[in-house]
Amino acid sequence: MPPLQPALNTLAHRRSRRVREAFIAGLLRACAFSAVAGLLLIMVFVFKEALPIFTNAATQKEANFAGFFSATAWQPVSDHPRYALAPLLSGTLKVVLVAMLFATPIAVLAALFASEFAPSRLREVIKPAIEILAGVPSVVLGFFALMVLATWLQGVTHAPMRLSALNAGLALGIGVIPTIFTVCEDALRSVPKSYREASLALGASPWQTAWSVTLPAASAGVGAGVLLGLARATGETMIVLMASGNAAIHSASVLDSARTLSACIAAELAEVVVGSPHYSVLFFLGAVLFTITFLINVAAGFFVDRLRRQLAGA
Amino acid sequence: MTTDALRATLRPLPRARPFDLTGLGFTALSGVAALLIVVMVAIIIGDIVWRGWGTVTWEFLWTVPREGMTKGGIFPALYGTALLVVLMTVALIPFGVGAAIYLHEYAKPDSPYTRAVRFAVANLAGVPSIVYGLFGLGFFVNFIGASIDRGLGLDVTWGQPALIWAALTLALLNLPVVIVTTEEALRAVPRDTREASLALGATRWQTIRHVLLPQAMPGVLTGAVLAVSRGAGEVAPILFTGAAYFLPYLPKSPTDQFMELGYHVFVLATQSPDVDATRPLLYGTVLVLLLLTFLLNLTAFLLRARLRAALAGRQ
Repeated sequence: MPPLQPALNTLAHRRSRRVREAFIAGLLRACAFSAVAGLLLIMVFVFKEALPIFTNAATQKEANFAGFFSATAWQPVSDHPRYALAPLLSGTLKVVLVAMLFATPIAVLAALFASEFAPSRLREVIKPAIEILAGVPSVVLGFFALMVLATWLQGVTHAPMRLSALNAGLALGIGVIPTIFTVCEDALRSVPKSYREASLALGASPWQTAWSVTLPAASAGVGAGVLLGLARATGETMIVLMASGNAAIHSASVLDSARTLSACIAAELAEVVVGSPHYSVLFFLGAVLFTITFLINVAAGFFVDRLRRQLAGA
Repeated sequence: MTTDALRATLRPLPRARPFDLTGLGFTALSGVAALLIVVMVAIIIGDIVWRGWGTVTWEFLWTVPREGMTKGGIFPALYGTALLVVLMTVALIPFGVGAAIYLHEYAKPDSPYTRAVRFAVANLAGVPSIVYGLFGLGFFVNFIGASIDRGLGLDVTWGQPALIWAALTLALLNLPVVIVTTEEALRAVPRDTREASLALGATRWQTIRHVLLPQAMPGVLTGAVLAVSRGAGEVAPILFTGAAYFLPYLPKSPTDQFMELGYHVFVLATQSPDVDATRPLLYGTVLVLLLLTFLLNLTAFLLRARLRAALAGRQ
């Protein structure tokens, strides 16, 4: 055992101790600032690299804001590059729509089952399955969609191409199920037991209770889960890059190939000259993606706060 | 009131709970949805384990790719992944833990600064990984890296995609993970412990350093392990910040490019000249990546379960 230190309580000692404490507090405060700085830097640098589209005359000659909407095709690599946003936006919309239509009912119903009906033994199968799925890297889901799901889907739909918006959307849906499920289930479980007991005591059946009492009480949380899933689906890259076929076709059919905003950046940025118009356009796509997901996430945060306040008031 | 009059006011009780056939149907439907998830997970994992199992041997793990990546192993990708996550963790942990300590021990809950930090943490977690990749290229490679080269009068050394920039990009991506798990761990330390330490004359920092942090260690570890798991699997952020298609040598300096497991899966799956020849290697690589992330996540899960049990026991 080390000898006990004599109590150094001189004035100088106390002052140096105070200085050190203040210094460490400042340092920790600065660490916390790293999160704010990170978010700001992401915004600044993604938008900054897109800026030449609006300010630089040489860039504007090849790529400008009006051109995004008047151009007829997405052909960035040609003698006369054309940057039409329409095929990318419709591609993103198609893939995300398929993903959400597939994932939302499954995830919300499964969350309802896990929190309201499942005997504890079954729950011990469902929850680890979700945890495992949440841990699967998106590149592995993309791989699965490319190698297995695409072949199987083509067998069912007899589409001319293996890779399509449908294929990417279903794989993406599998990828966002854990997000929606987890947030929904948390919200459902945080509904006080007294709500359910009151409903059952009034003669409602378990399903009526779950559907008309528990689910509405947790609706803000369900909304947050769906929004977070939507944000993830919109921003997810590797699954779509590998499973969609990546052709920038402006069409409404989910059996056509599709190029999304995220996959477009991933596929093209590596071969682009830094500072070229194409480079700026890809950063512009990134800025659009950032803005969309940011707004969805802020809305989801609003829902989470509302749920917390509702249940705190209950 | 007579008994008869009383009885007259009472209507007969309905059946306590009418038989609810539609309800039963919907309950079954929700069960089917849950079952569907389990089945999908089983199919995906099963397919990969079934077809990848035969490929994964010691030789596969310890040799380099040969013959246009249709033969050989994945050692450079494993090595690159390990270097990447180690560098990332070293950069990430001080900031993440420091920020969590600040938020839980120092910050006034409702001050504008605290709100700004919490807002940033929540929204950093929602930024798409491809946007992190753009940011890494625009900020680390083309701004910081190029500035270093200019300042030192070097040829392009730092101002190109490199291990260090990929690691720093992933560190920012994982910052929210570490902050959230560390804060959860600090929350699990009972108030008495803090007060006892302070009452004995320890300063705030001494209390944190010698009392809180040792107790919060499982939480810090959970965050680190989750970050490593995510770092090993994320491909989009490293596409333009340092990952290489194929390298005949192992990375030696932070400014070298590197091969990475997740990126290797992407390359083998989409860029292979001979899909059938690559398939066994591809399945093997996916299985290794999956096992790696699964084991890391399992570790994090067990650590966190212990932590939650401690938290529940103290409330």
